[in-house]
Amino acid sequence: MFNKGSELLNLCNEKNKKISEIVLLKEQSFSDLTIEEIREKMMDALDVMKESANAALNQKIVSVSGMTGGDSKKVEDYRKNNKPLSGVFINSAMAKALSTSEVNASMGRIVAAPTAGASGILPSAILSAKEKLDLSDEELVNGLFTASGIGEIVAKNATISGAEGGCQAECGVAAAMAAGALVEMSGGTPEQALDAASFALINVMGLVCDPVGGLVEYPCALRNASGVVNAFTSADLALAGVKSLVPFDEVVEAMYRVGKALPETLRETALGGLAATPTARRVTGNSPQ
Amino acid sequence: MKDFSTFDILGPIMIGPSSSHTAGAVKLGKIAMEISNGNFYKVEFYLHGSFAKTYKGHGTDKALVAGILGFEPSDDRIRNSLNIAKNKNIDIKFIEKDLGYQHPNTVKILFKYRDKKDFYVIGSSIGGGNIVITDINGDIVEFTGDLPTMILKYKDKKGIISKISSILSNNELNIATMKVTRDKDIATMICETDSKLSKNIIDEISNLSEITYSRFMNPIRR
Repeated sequence: MFNKGSELLNLCNEKNKKISEIVLLKEQSFSDLTIEEIREKMMDALDVMKESANAALNQKIVSVSGMTGGDSKKVEDYRKNNKPLSGVFINSAMAKALSTSEVNASMGRIVAAPTAGASGILPSAILSAKEKLDLSDEELVNGLFTASGIGEIVAKNATISGAEGGCQAECGVAAAMAAGALVEMSGGTPEQALDAASFALINVMGLVCDPVGGLVEYPCALRNASGVVNAFTSADLALAGVKSLVPFDEVVEAMYRVGKALPETLRETALGGLAATPTARRVTGNSPQ
Repeated sequence: MKDFSTFDILGPIMIGPSSSHTAGAVKLGKIAMEISNGNFYKVEFYLHGSFAKTYKGHGTDKALVAGILGFEPSDDRIRNSLNIAKNKNIDIKFIEKDLGYQHPNTVKILFKYRDKKDFYVIGSSIGGGNIVITDINGDIVEFTGDLPTMILKYKDKKGIISKISSILSNNELNIATMKVTRDKDIATMICETDSKLSKNIIDEISNLSEITYSRFMNPIRR
């Protein structure tokens, strides 16, 4: 039905439908489920997202390796008791993103979105938007379909694997998916949604994947926190009417080429970047494994 | 261009932290258990490459054991699987081993029995929770477990493939892929189908007199 962003936009314009509606129709043609069953399945994903985005806000959750944890609660406490420089809303969103990342690192249940390493961004984005815009769960489910449509275009034309394209392909794509969803949930147009997705990818183009010890913990959780901020600012830029000079499909293509150009040491091998620092070596040398 | 379901992008619902090192590992363990002959008292996991290097931090050990206990990748009990196996008196051992030219996330799962010979399965976790099984007790195979799959062994002679395919077509089941390999006079068939293997089909095929080994797997679709 669509492989490119341009085809998705054409479908939206021809049928006068939102991105989420087109994605839902495509899913129906793809599977033998009814629209209601597909929506229910997405509601199950939303339920898991709600749990993971809230679980670590009020209790310290430590990773399996013991290397990280407890940061979600720190940020949540900070935003409650202080006047955060970047505002209460942004800090609350960061705390939620960290929460899912910490649940993930502790062998809790998450929804890969699009991957486990980047699973904190989208739940935080839509749940923070729910509070701000007073949205129903049905509207959040719509947002998830929009996000998935954007993720699918990247998966088809580039990559959503850190081993192939670096962190830009995981946290960058998650932020792009979230930004598109935020625009649609805020009443923006399909064009604006893809502009927002473009901005999110542009903002972190070239971001490397350099997990300390090869574990999905540090800097992954931090990049989930910054990823949700990226999603909100990208959505705001697009809703303000800022347009991406380079269209979404070409941004995706560029991101793919940049990913391919990254040396292997910076693509999830834990051989470069932060993973290759003296501290990382010391910490992982002392870790239980 | 490979087409995706929405739930390939938003999903799977899984226990973290890694789709390849955790969710994929559960799937590997589960499929190996389904292929094995049950009633094992001990399982040895030979971990290769990245599995060997990072298995503790990624919970790959717990994930593999959860798999041989029959859990799904979204099961909360994964993190306690080592204790659960202990309570079931299943002896578990992890061994870091170079398995030769293999995908970095590869494991050999060896089942031990009190009353029969060891049985092993080798498979790799190839990303995004997807896996491929490459070796069953020395038979080189290739299947992913994403589709309903049957594994058959039989004494090779003419007409067996046509018997099997007519059972499938009589039950209106499409064959997605079929591969047959031979070792001396024993043939191994891996057949993937487009839709579920019903009890009817399973009974009919496993009752064929020529069949000496049969396993049938229907993946659970989220």
